[in-house]
Amino acid sequence: MSDEDVEGNDLDQNVSHRLDRVPNTATERTVEGRPSREEIVDWWQERFGIPPETFEGHTFWEKGAGKIWAYAGNLDSPIEAESLGMSVLRTRQEHWKPTTEAAQRWGEEATRNVIVLDRERARRFVAGEDQEIEWDGDWGYLIVAHEFAGGRAPLGVGLYLHGELRSQIPKGRRREI
Amino acid sequence: MDVLERYEPLVDDPEAFYETCRRPLPTTVRANPIKAPVERVRRALDDEGVAWTASEWNPHVMTVETDFPGNTWANFHGWIHGQEEVSALPPVVVDPRPGERVFDACAAPGGKTTQLAALMDDEGLVVANDSNLGRLSALRSNAERLGVTNVAVTNRDARRFSLDPFGSEPFDRALVDAPCSCEGTVRKNPEVIDEWSQSHVEHVAGLQKGILRRAVQATKEGGVVVYSTCTFAPEENEAVLDHVLEAEDCRILPIDTDLETRPGVTEWDGEEYDPQVADAVRIYPHHNDTGGFFCAKLEVGG
Repeated sequence: MSDEDVEGNDLDQNVSHRLDRVPNTATERTVEGRPSREEIVDWWQERFGIPPETFEGHTFWEKGAGKIWAYAGNLDSPIEAESLGMSVLRTRQEHWKPTTEAAQRWGEEATRNVIVLDRERARRFVAGEDQEIEWDGDWGYLIVAHEFAGGRAPLGVGLYLHGELRSQIPKGRRREI
Repeated sequence: MDVLERYEPLVDDPEAFYETCRRPLPTTVRANPIKAPVERVRRALDDEGVAWTASEWNPHVMTVETDFPGNTWANFHGWIHGQEEVSALPPVVVDPRPGERVFDACAAPGGKTTQLAALMDDEGLVVANDSNLGRLSALRSNAERLGVTNVAVTNRDARRFSLDPFGSEPFDRALVDAPCSCEGTVRKNPEVIDEWSQSHVEHVAGLQKGILRRAVQATKEGGVVVYSTCTFAPEENEAVLDHVLEAEDCRILPIDTDLETRPGVTEWDGEEYDPQVADAVRIYPHHNDTGGFFCAKLEVGG
């Protein structure tokens, strides 16, 4: 039996090229381990203080185990597509990890776990460099921002551990500015 | 003889046409209101010391004084996207509204797709399709950097595109920015001139007709379908429209733009086309200091 047959016989599993809408709450869950909308929205609020209303117009979808996408509307689930909306979050691991693009799109609303860098450090961060830096807040995934063009502008996500901010900017997204 | 001379009978000032085609294009970007209001984008460019001039017909399109707009903070933040000035015309002609369903049949690498999304305030659905899997990764990364969340990306043959995965409802609007011979991009890619061939024109014209027909079929009655290319070849422009006007229930509407344009041609190489094709617009490089372009607006149903 090929791998394809295995996937085809078990409709409740994650299939590549197929996006499944996540359940509204944990009690409506039919696929083990799949996060609910409620858990996703609560996580953004708990970790970054981003208010739940921010995502009012969006539905959340899972493609591949744990990769969560945000789409600006309603569609019947599942959807066969290469992508739907924006990849926003990696779940099904101990510490959920936001994507660079989600941090940029919604990070301005964040009120905690945001580290603001000066211009030189911001340059090193977007080039993909890890750097030693003092930070009194939580360890783990932080939204990294700088002051730019009249306000705070989020750059992406950093992992703060042992006095070091590790840039999580994906290779293809890094720039020497 | 190079292929541009083929179009001499269509051009009002051949010397100016050839001279402009030999010069490189100005560098232009489109401000992306999904990520930042245009005022903040302008301030960002000012703060980075990048001089800019807004285009007269579209305040989001700006000529910038840098060869590397990709290496700016504004670009990293997804506030701007490098996009040729004329390629910003088709989405404006599509004129999508927030909440609508829009089909972008040949979407990669996504400049026009993301502009459609921005015109819709990132609400509704843009189905961004491309048959070339390699080019889809550029489309996806551009859409993500620009913060777009209302786009579904598909990898199908647009000539046989099925509505089934999206609730079977027809689209409100569609854009067919068709694969073509691309002489209009000569200022950016001079090699297109040497690569031109009559046999490719014939092959790609068949493809264009198939894609445009399917887009008309997949759009609701009263909906709008926009056809665009970056070629001067009437075989790939007016002849394609002529074919689709004959085969499908649709008509051509005039296009209202402040860009300087010329009407579609109704005769070429012994062929005569439906007189409606004169409502399509031809854009020659020497009129607006841009690339060359062709754009037509169709309405589905009588």
